Amino acid sequence: MTEPNGFHRFKGTAGYIASGPLVDAVNCAVALQRPLLIKGEPGTGKTLLATHVAAGLEMPMLSWHIKSTSKAAEGLYVYDTVQRLNDSRFGTGNVADIGRYIKLGPLGRAFAAEERHVLLIDEIDKADLEFPNDLLRELDEMRFSIIETSEEVIARERPVVVITSNNEKELPDAFLRRCIFHYIEFPDATLMKQIVAVHHPNLDATLLDQVLIKFYWLREQSELRKKPSTSELIDWISALLRAGITPDQVEAHIPFLGALLKKEQDADALQRYNAKGGRYPARWSELGPRYNQ
Amino acid sequence: MFLDLFYGLRDEGVPVALQEWMTLLEALQRGLHGSNLLRFYHLARACLVKSETYFDAFDRVFARVFHGVEGALDITDEVLEWLRDPKNFRRLSPEELAALEHLSADELMQRFLETLAQQTERHDGGDRWIGTGGRSPYGHGGQHPTGIRVGGTGGGRSAMKVAGERRFRDYRTDVSLDVRQMRVALRRLRQLTRAGLATELDLDETIDETCRNAGEIELVFRPPRRNDVRLLLLMDVGGTMDPYYEPVSQLLTALHDERGLREFRPYYFHNCIYDHVYTQARLIRANALPTGDLLCHLDERWKVAIVGDAAMHPSELLEPHGGINPHNTSPTPGIAWLHRLAGHFERAVWINPDEHELWDRTHTTRLIRRLFPMFHLSVDGLGAAVQALVGARV
Repeated sequence: MTEPNGFHRFKGTAGYIASGPLVDAVNCAVALQRPLLIKGEPGTGKTLLATHVAAGLEMPMLSWHIKSTSKAAEGLYVYDTVQRLNDSRFGTGNVADIGRYIKLGPLGRAFAAEERHVLLIDEIDKADLEFPNDLLRELDEMRFSIIETSEEVIARERPVVVITSNNEKELPDAFLRRCIFHYIEFPDATLMKQIVAVHHPNLDATLLDQVLIKFYWLREQSELRKKPSTSELIDWISALLRAGITPDQVEAHIPFLGALLKKEQDADALQRYNAKGGRYPARWSELGPRYNQ
Repeated sequence: MFLDLFYGLRDEGVPVALQEWMTLLEALQRGLHGSNLLRFYHLARACLVKSETYFDAFDRVFARVFHGVEGALDITDEVLEWLRDPKNFRRLSPEELAALEHLSADELMQRFLETLAQQTERHDGGDRWIGTGGRSPYGHGGQHPTGIRVGGTGGGRSAMKVAGERRFRDYRTDVSLDVRQMRVALRRLRQLTRAGLATELDLDETIDETCRNAGEIELVFRPPRRNDVRLLLLMDVGGTMDPYYEPVSQLLTALHDERGLREFRPYYFHNCIYDHVYTQARLIRANALPTGDLLCHLDERWKVAIVGDAAMHPSELLEPHGGINPHNTSPTPGIAWLHRLAGHFERAVWINPDEHELWDRTHTTRLIRRLFPMFHLSVDGLGAAVQALVGARV
């Protein structure tokens, strides 16, 4: 789908409901060839977005999942010295060819590839504070050199870089300046219904209403330390469907609470609420003006 | 007008630099905004603002800079449609309707934009500001017959309405706090050092040594990197601190979760620190620990954070036997103990849950500020406090 102004346009896919601003942000990042930084509450589909951007743009995808021990250089390449040493001791390979021991990382592969890739750098905030700074030049110029072989890898097609962050650490300003930023807001009830429909297309409408009322009510409770998220809602509905729960059962109770609340204190808080004779709402009007449709 | 947006954002403290501005101009050149103010709003936000904590500031500046533009572009039709909306005509008596109905569409729009420009926060109820409920002509869920509905559901939303909604207020870091945000602020509370047992394989050094050894493998170990920060937390409990129970307990939760700290000791006091601090929030003798012991046992490298409102009767701070608890007074005035703490430890901060504006109004707060750098109990304040504890000296 090439548009007149010369770049592929992302429009969302059947399996991923993207809001208008999100689509705009993706297209802006694609057109300007800047990394797209996605933040949002856990479970709002940040990681999934990259998969669907790749599908929507019909590009192959590479992912780089960041851990607390990840180093920026690993994304470019790793020089497997231990393998080379091993080979030299036991004579199992051509040690003189250093290129054999250079293993490109996800970023390196995206640069070296023939066609344009979507590169996902997942949960960049998991790594050390300095990690994003170490990637600045590579992401800016889309090139790096392999010191050991004095080779230079220059991206023929600048990859579409999608970076997700869970906000566990602040990212350095210099890094942020280069990104296009989008914050995925928590979906409202209308959007949520569409999202649920993608995952559970044949869900009974009354059950869905009851489920969403309970879900948004739980999210409103300020005592909860961890609010349930979209992905937990989807899992919860799966559990309800498997167990054959009817809408009336959800009306008065919250079955399989463990699928929604993951902290002991939160489950306790709800139990206390129950013990005090608190009841769960069964109609949207009980949730306050924000939810009246 | 565009430059007003840029400088407006900078005035509001949003870190926008020329680089972001050029990005936006490039995007505009490519026509990514599709000549639609709402898409321009989202595009400008994606290019200029890099954290949801500044979205609210962006909304305010955007509404200020672009008011009036939209009336010319695409809002008029929508406004007229809302004005015809029969749903809003219910629940009011005919006299009231007559009194309110004379506003024309133009007048209303003008006043809406003026109100938006003046409005500084969300309003629910009331009859003037834009918000939900109430009798104001602006907002949604209200009873004004010719009102402008702002936000709510329905297609074709306009940028001004989105900006006016200010849904991102909760993400501001200078006012709100939750445990997760606090954890982020506290994450910087670290000083990494290598000390202790050498248990980690140093691969680079191993390769180097092995090469020197002509290929005979020589393993080199080093001690792992570890956070060396030890934190002493002293918390004011009871009395004037009761309204702040929620943020203070969140802070405590966040600190307990922060496993990276080498050592963490929380103690409690009431109003001011005297001879004893307490290991539990119930300040009884069984829990007491002499403050002098803290000074003996903890060396000057411990970081000290005191959480309290610092507002008390001057005698509680300055006079001997000033303690508010008659069974437990001490001849040493509180200020002397605070002096000792400030003198003993290299880095100490005071975290105050009271609003910044209140600090200068109480005598004791002013005195304590001379001893300890004081920070507000908010995400921004915590970040600055952490910086003062472990950052470079300024």
